[in-house]
Amino acid sequence: MGKTVVLVEDEPNIIEAISFILSRDGWGVHTHSNGDTALAALESKAPDLIVLDVMLPGRSGFDILRDIRSHATLGTTPVMMLTARGQTKDRERAMELGASRFMTKPFSNADVLAAVRELAGP
Amino acid sequence: MATRTLAGSRIRERRIAQGLRQADLAAEVGISPSYLNLIEHNRRRIGGKLLQALALRLEVDTSLLAEGAEQEVIARLGNVAARLGEEIGVSSSADFANRFPGWANLVIRAGRRIDELERNVETLTDRLTHDPHLAATLHEVLSTVTAIRSTASILSDTREIEPEWRDRFHRNINEDAARLADRAQALVGFLDGASDTQSEVGSPQEEVAGFLSAYGWHFAALEEGRAGAAASYLNGSAHLKSSSALAIAGKYLECYREDAAQMPLETIRAAIEQQGPDPLRLATLLGQDLAGVMRRLATLPEHGFGLVVCDASGTMLYRKPTDGFSIPRFGALCPLWPLFQALSRPMMPLAQRVMMPGRGGMSETLFETYAVAQAVLSTDYGADPLLEATMLIAPAIPEGQPVTGGAATGRLIGASCRICPRESCAARREPSIVSVGL
Repeated sequence: MGKTVVLVEDEPNIIEAISFILSRDGWGVHTHSNGDTALAALESKAPDLIVLDVMLPGRSGFDILRDIRSHATLGTTPVMMLTARGQTKDRERAMELGASRFMTKPFSNADVLAAVRELAGP
Repeated sequence: MATRTLAGSRIRERRIAQGLRQADLAAEVGISPSYLNLIEHNRRRIGGKLLQALALRLEVDTSLLAEGAEQEVIARLGNVAARLGEEIGVSSSADFANRFPGWANLVIRAGRRIDELERNVETLTDRLTHDPHLAATLHEVLSTVTAIRSTASILSDTREIEPEWRDRFHRNINEDAARLADRAQALVGFLDGASDTQSEVGSPQEEVAGFLSAYGWHFAALEEGRAGAAASYLNGSAHLKSSSALAIAGKYLECYREDAAQMPLETIRAAIEQQGPDPLRLATLLGQDLAGVMRRLATLPEHGFGLVVCDASGTMLYRKPTDGFSIPRFGALCPLWPLFQALSRPMMPLAQRVMMPGRGGMSETLFETYAVAQAVLSTDYGADPLLEATMLIAPAIPEGQPVTGGAATGRLIGASCRICPRESCAARREPSIVSVGL
């Protein structure tokens, strides 16, 4: 059984594009687009990697990341943060909260794929 | 030395320094020369409006003339010094204020100006870094760019892609491109002034724009000719913070008052009832100046006219946008506006239909405009005329509505090159940051 990634992102066409490239690379991809219910969705999927947008409807990606890191089963799962806010303070905050990688939009497909392989592969 | 003595003596010193006769100053502030003489010799106390009038005429801060003002002046001098990181003792400040009241006044005014400028810088910085609308829109733009980049990359790099996926990604790119164009234009519109509600940027012109917008460009007390109405509006406004803004707004209200006196509401409304809102016909009917009629029409809330006034350099003096006709706050305007044609043909009234591109450049909105450039009367004989151009913009003609007196089309114009999607325009000065083809 292949490894799985959960993508938490609210931009539907980004979800579609990332899902496509990861699926083609052999990953099982699940998606979720609401911050309030993201943690429950992650618990049910128990993925090998979480790709998490910062600005989501409902709870922010930072809040979700904090919960992930204190979660009994998800706590050690690698988390790659996606954001359009590339400010240093956001990057620092993400890393302080335990993000494994911080990627600023607009990113390239190749960068996303390389980061996913590095964080959760082979 | 008694404070009371200093106050009267200062008035006398300032008057003599300005070469003013006692009788002339007394007449200007509305008191008798003998009463001013008593004040100057410290035999009468003064305050309130008289003190303000004297300070205004003598071009000195009220506090410097006021009785008991020394402590306040000393405190203000201390504040200025403290703002610049200096410590000046009270006795030193008092000595300075007493020996050089004019310079003390100048230092206090310079301190106020520094405060004003620092507030502007803070406001601008805060807007750029923390404005929620700006941050949210930029985030949306970047997210949409990411979606386009990622999808385009898939289409470009994936050798074998199923037709259903290919079609879906084409559709996604098309949707995202349209969204991006809208968001980019909304962003530029926000920064360039498509909306008058965003007035907290700090320039005097924007303070005045906020002030005029708050009243809908209609001042009921001026319409009624109430005494002191202009001053009440100016003093009671939360928008007018700088002295420059107060001066600009004061000039505008004075012009408004004169126009309203020349064309009272009932007169202009009766004329419109008879002739329609055509400014040239109204000017002829009422025997009024055409630019004045245009300004007057723009003050009538029931018609929704827009108005732009500029000087001979093309710098906007006043701007009142109307729905769909974007008037940038700053920077160079579209040179194709009838406003600028009028400047090249002084005293020739122009009426022209124009087409303004809509959001995303996907639609055009038709407007009827009227423009004229007139000379402002000089105060010197033989002086070169100073031109001012005025353009009245009638509310947008709804699409599909029958248009009388001409074709349902007009000259293609824009707001300014930076946000105009007309790529092949002959008047283009610089590339647009908005592309319809995105």
